Amino acid sequence: MAELTYREAVADAIAQEMERDDKVVFLGEDIAKAGGVFKTTVGLYDKFGPDRVRDTPISEQAILGAAMGAAMTGLRPIAEIMFSDFFAVCWDIVVNQIAKTRYMTGGQVTMPLVIRSANGGGVRFGAQHSQSIENWAMMIPGLKVIAPSTPADVKGLLAASIRDPDPVIFFEQKSLYGDKGEIPDGEHVDELGTAKVVRDGTDAVIYALAAMVPRSIKAAERLEADLGIRVSVVDVRSLVPLDTRTIFSEFRKSGRAFTVEENPRLCGWGAELSSLITEECFWDMDLPVTRITTPHIPLAAADNLEDRMIPSVDRIYETVRAGLD
Amino acid sequence: MNDDIGEDNRLDMWRLQLEVRHLEQRAHDLFMQNLIKGTSHLAVGQEAIAAGCATAMRPGDYSFCTYRGHAHTLVRGASMTGVLGELMGKECGLLQGKGGSMHLTDVEKGAMGSYAIIGAHLPIAAGAAWAAQYNKTGAVSFCFFGDGTTNIGAFHEALNFAVIWKLPVVFVCENNFYMEYTPIDEVTAVEHPAADRAGAYGLESIIVDGNDADAVYRVARAAVDKAVAGDGPSLIEAETYRHYGHSRADPATYRPDKEVEEWMAKDPIPMYRSRLLEFGVPEKVVGDIEKSVLKAVDDATEEAKASPVPRDELAHTDVWADGGSAWRN
Repeated sequence: MAELTYREAVADAIAQEMERDDKVVFLGEDIAKAGGVFKTTVGLYDKFGPDRVRDTPISEQAILGAAMGAAMTGLRPIAEIMFSDFFAVCWDIVVNQIAKTRYMTGGQVTMPLVIRSANGGGVRFGAQHSQSIENWAMMIPGLKVIAPSTPADVKGLLAASIRDPDPVIFFEQKSLYGDKGEIPDGEHVDELGTAKVVRDGTDAVIYALAAMVPRSIKAAERLEADLGIRVSVVDVRSLVPLDTRTIFSEFRKSGRAFTVEENPRLCGWGAELSSLITEECFWDMDLPVTRITTPHIPLAAADNLEDRMIPSVDRIYETVRAGLD
Repeated sequence: MNDDIGEDNRLDMWRLQLEVRHLEQRAHDLFMQNLIKGTSHLAVGQEAIAAGCATAMRPGDYSFCTYRGHAHTLVRGASMTGVLGELMGKECGLLQGKGGSMHLTDVEKGAMGSYAIIGAHLPIAAGAAWAAQYNKTGAVSFCFFGDGTTNIGAFHEALNFAVIWKLPVVFVCENNFYMEYTPIDEVTAVEHPAADRAGAYGLESIIVDGNDADAVYRVARAAVDKAVAGDGPSLIEAETYRHYGHSRADPATYRPDKEVEEWMAKDPIPMYRSRLLEFGVPEKVVGDIEKSVLKAVDDATEEAKASPVPRDELAHTDVWADGGSAWRN
């Protein structure tokens, strides 16, 4: 098992898939010669050359449009949108074109493409470079939505996304880029549409995504150490398709659920989970589902203003403790 | 007649222009009978561009067009029944009734879709050209759009992108002088909305009479040759005029009578008929093509009318490549 950072796992996954399939190509701003502004794609240009790893102008509509046209005609493009906030300038291509064209054409078109993007806050970039926008993507029929929390999942889920025949929005949480973790040796491919129980517990369950997963695990560990409360943690990993089987079976162990979401409050993925649990696990419910989210505000840049808004280990700990009290 | 275009190509262009004219007229009539719902954007008056470009294209080339796309889909060889059926919301439609008038597509024929958000398909067409370049297939990607598109960001992004990557794509602006209801010159910084922008991307400024299929064919051929040679994209501005309004809801009363009259005198269909006769094509040959097209439109109309409406379950198919729409397990 090799130890890689979350950012290194990105290039590792892309390299694995480019070696396997010469239809995989990669485009984006500063991704080739510069190796990406987050250094997530270092080495790919040298390894696979300028035909397969291509720098683009700052033209997000052109990047995603080109990826779509190429996907429709036989390539498997990976496109990078540098910050997920920039989806706002190419949202037409994502929502109206990429997501709908297969459906609208009665299945004449297949759209095997991946859009990778650095998502989320915690790095003092202010409100236009810090958003967690996975719920934007989740609400559009025709898009698969993935957000890994560990280097191993980055590699396995990105590889699976590249092999998938449908468009996948792949969110990399930028506050996790420096995290290290072990990656299985050899080819590693995970499965989209699968959540993972990353900590067992019988008193309550926390559903978390991306950067909120390690925080939830820490909070759960402290709850057990301090109070003897045993909380399981489910890394949701895949918002679309959603692994409701794992989500429900873990819920039924305690009947008490908390969601931890980095996104602002309204219409976060936790609201959908809460609704599903209420509709389908009502008779197993012991408490209302409690959502722990960033408040419904843009994110500020200053240390304290940002850190106190995104769910912290302390806030998760305190909310679960009070909820079970 | 035995020039660079030749009789076969000219008869093809004659037939294609007639197919578009009569099919679009039929679509108009079916709207009036409420057999076609929603909206439609007819290309009556603009047939020469579709016919000229399609005749210059080769099998395997791609075409991308806008919501004014019945013409561009039909001229690639899509079935009339499929087109009319789609407009009528029938299961025999090209898209099984799931796309409608603004999204006609026939991938097998290289008609890669009609895109209803202005500008989006320019970078998409560039992407198909990128795949052709990467796979060395020699295919060329054509992209048709209106004058109004030249003022949206995606137009400029796509042109710059196609030039720097030297992509085999041909951008064709169908300048019908109106951005929906507003004269294009009232909202554009330059006189020729596409051609005057070409220089900004290092491209030649090309303006062609969009009502003359021969002229369109010649510039399209030259653009295909350039693309195939690896010399990158072209931007063609074809001047034309639509006989109807922007869409079904628009009677086009904002256009001065004199202007309409002048353009009606330049109707591409009678112009092309005269040319064929001047070239010595027998009246009977010209007329027989028209008769066969009218019959084909009549037959397609009846077939489409007789087709059932789409099965309800089709609403849930083909969100994903597995054919279904499941978002959870």
